[in-house]
Amino acid sequence: MNALTLVLLTPLLGALVLGLIRPAAPAGWFNLGVSVVSLGAALWLGWTVALVGDAVDTGPGSITGSLSGGIAGLAFRVDAFNVYLVVLTAFVGLTTSIFSRPYMRHVIDTGRIGPNRLRTYHSMYQLFMFTMLVALTTDNLGVMWVAVEGATLATVLLVSLYRTPEAVEAAWKYFILCGVGIALALFGTVLTYFAAQQVISDPAAGLNWSTLYAEAGRLEPAVMRLAFVFLLVGYGTKVGLVPMHQWLPDAHSEGPTPMSAVLSGLLLNVALYAVVRLKMLVDGSLVHSSSPHLAGYLLMGFGLVSFMVAGLFLHRQRDIKRMFSYSSIEHMGLMTFGFGLGGPLATFGALLHMLVHSLTKSAIFITVGHAAHIAGTQSIEHIRGLIRTQPAVGWSLLIGVAAIAGFPPFGVFMSEFLLLTATMKTAPWFTLALLSGLAVAFAGLFRHLHPMVYGIPPEGQRPVEANMIPVAVHLTLVLWLGLAIPAFLANWLDRATGLITGTRLL
Amino acid sequence: MNMTTLPLLQQLVLVLAAIVLFLSFVLLAQTRLISAIHAFAWQGALVAAVTSVVAATGQVPHLYFSAALTLALKAILIPWMLHRLVRRLQLERHTESLQSPTLVTMAAVALVIFSYWLVLPMIQAELTFTRNIVAVSLAVVLIGLLMMVFRTQAVAQVLGFMSMENGLFLAAVSATGGMPLVVELGVAFDVLVAMVLFGVFFLQIRESIDSLDVDRLNRLSETPGETRTEGQ
Repeated sequence: MNALTLVLLTPLLGALVLGLIRPAAPAGWFNLGVSVVSLGAALWLGWTVALVGDAVDTGPGSITGSLSGGIAGLAFRVDAFNVYLVVLTAFVGLTTSIFSRPYMRHVIDTGRIGPNRLRTYHSMYQLFMFTMLVALTTDNLGVMWVAVEGATLATVLLVSLYRTPEAVEAAWKYFILCGVGIALALFGTVLTYFAAQQVISDPAAGLNWSTLYAEAGRLEPAVMRLAFVFLLVGYGTKVGLVPMHQWLPDAHSEGPTPMSAVLSGLLLNVALYAVVRLKMLVDGSLVHSSSPHLAGYLLMGFGLVSFMVAGLFLHRQRDIKRMFSYSSIEHMGLMTFGFGLGGPLATFGALLHMLVHSLTKSAIFITVGHAAHIAGTQSIEHIRGLIRTQPAVGWSLLIGVAAIAGFPPFGVFMSEFLLLTATMKTAPWFTLALLSGLAVAFAGLFRHLHPMVYGIPPEGQRPVEANMIPVAVHLTLVLWLGLAIPAFLANWLDRATGLITGTRLL
Repeated sequence: MNMTTLPLLQQLVLVLAAIVLFLSFVLLAQTRLISAIHAFAWQGALVAAVTSVVAATGQVPHLYFSAALTLALKAILIPWMLHRLVRRLQLERHTESLQSPTLVTMAAVALVIFSYWLVLPMIQAELTFTRNIVAVSLAVVLIGLLMMVFRTQAVAQVLGFMSMENGLFLAAVSATGGMPLVVELGVAFDVLVAMVLFGVFFLQIRESIDSLDVDRLNRLSETPGETRTEGQ
């Protein structure tokens, strides 16, 4: 568990130290350094879990291939499912911090924020990483709730960082909607604990996911059903499922762009992770009741509605960051649908989609940040001719959007193809809805993209200092995942699939 | 359900919970902010009282600690912070009436009935006490939600949010005998941080729209007419 301690401690200490560093340049570098150490620790943790292999863990409620342990009296558990998200979180956190350094310098230079707010920004950035990593690795459902709420609290000041009326409004919406949503999730957690108390004698273990999972068959189905509705609405608000999505486009478009990248790429994943973990419990509890697939159906319904509605809303957007946040809602909807569909193939597809979506979307947001600095606006109408002004940014945006829209050589195509295949096998009628939704979203993205990349640049538009390495790395990875998924990664995702569905795909 | 067969202390808990629910109604309809804050403080004190009674019934010593925590946080610290903010923002005389108070109160009544209906099939008839207490706390949560929807004043919305938290605490304490201590501490910490941030936001909202009426926060919509620029 040493690796895990390092994974969690690094961002926490980083946040504390960054709270003290006021000058902009060293703070940016320090933030980068903390992220490098985090990624190193996350890789170490991944390696440790990989070494456990399929050996059965000896802890309570033994689950194959997982490591459990306690840090400061709290139970943590790492298995194939969450360790891949931990590595992804640390990786995107690192590349975003590479991008954030020059980006925030530009923001400081243009006088939009002062050094004090920059200090808040850096400190909260690492605190946000910390809360997400805790939410992913903890075994205790209550601690998971505290961490997800903590993630809201850490980011809400970042959304209002620019203090424009729009930014304050977006932050207030974000705070209130997510606060309410997450309060409902706490009610669901209390109900789960209530159900657990009827069957588990040790009150302290009643919120431990592994204990609950082992005893899932004995949990009272009626209570768990009600609890899941609350949990789904609560965590679903953070996933951005329609109709609880209202905060998402505002928060993503008004905050600083590095924040949009991590919110879209990481926070939504963490919330979806929580939903999937809870679905596993409810499925276990409802297996002998009259509606064994209730949780799956609910996820499919919410997922499909989000997917379709967000696709339509893409057409109406005028702000480039709002547009891509709707695209995030669309993809989260697709993943939710995939997890709801269940079965090894759909789950594998959804896990892969989580991975490629995070990589692609954060790359897109990084590019969009540069594009907005070039044009001096986020309005789609006024961003023109990127490819002539700064070819690197233009090409990145073009390739990124092609990837997110699901063009063949990229990883997103791969995962969407898997999801479609799974749909055809189990629920063929939904294939039609998915295909038309994909087409609608594709059209929505490209009608806006074309003039932004190829249009005539306005007079005097000049390139900005941009570090495109993170974008290149992300897009290369997505391309690689589309061409050939490396064996170890496929095995990794397969183990996670086995964990979630009980049967492996490969 | 025959209430009189319950142990005396459980009956006491039910009475206190009923007053908590009643205070939710008071909060919902209260027009003066200061009075609403006082009602909220009383609600917090009652939740703390419920916690200590449950601690006495079940011999759960850690609940005494959580009762003290609730009392300090919900009945003293948060109301005091809100009081100070209201004075600082010069809102002492601020009154705000609901658009249609009768309708909103009726909706709240409907929510109470709905909560009982939801809970009815869930918990076996033997657990009369638990069934009642879960229904009451769910009603408190939902009325808090209703308050956040219908009140347009930022401070009133925060009161709605905090009274939702009171309902959650009530459920956690009386239906399950308290969550594990770390979780309770974590939740309390989150609530406290949220309150501090709410305070920061009151000032930011005031600065940006010169009022705390959040209905006037309406610049962000799906099709904004004007285009906004990023780098001023």
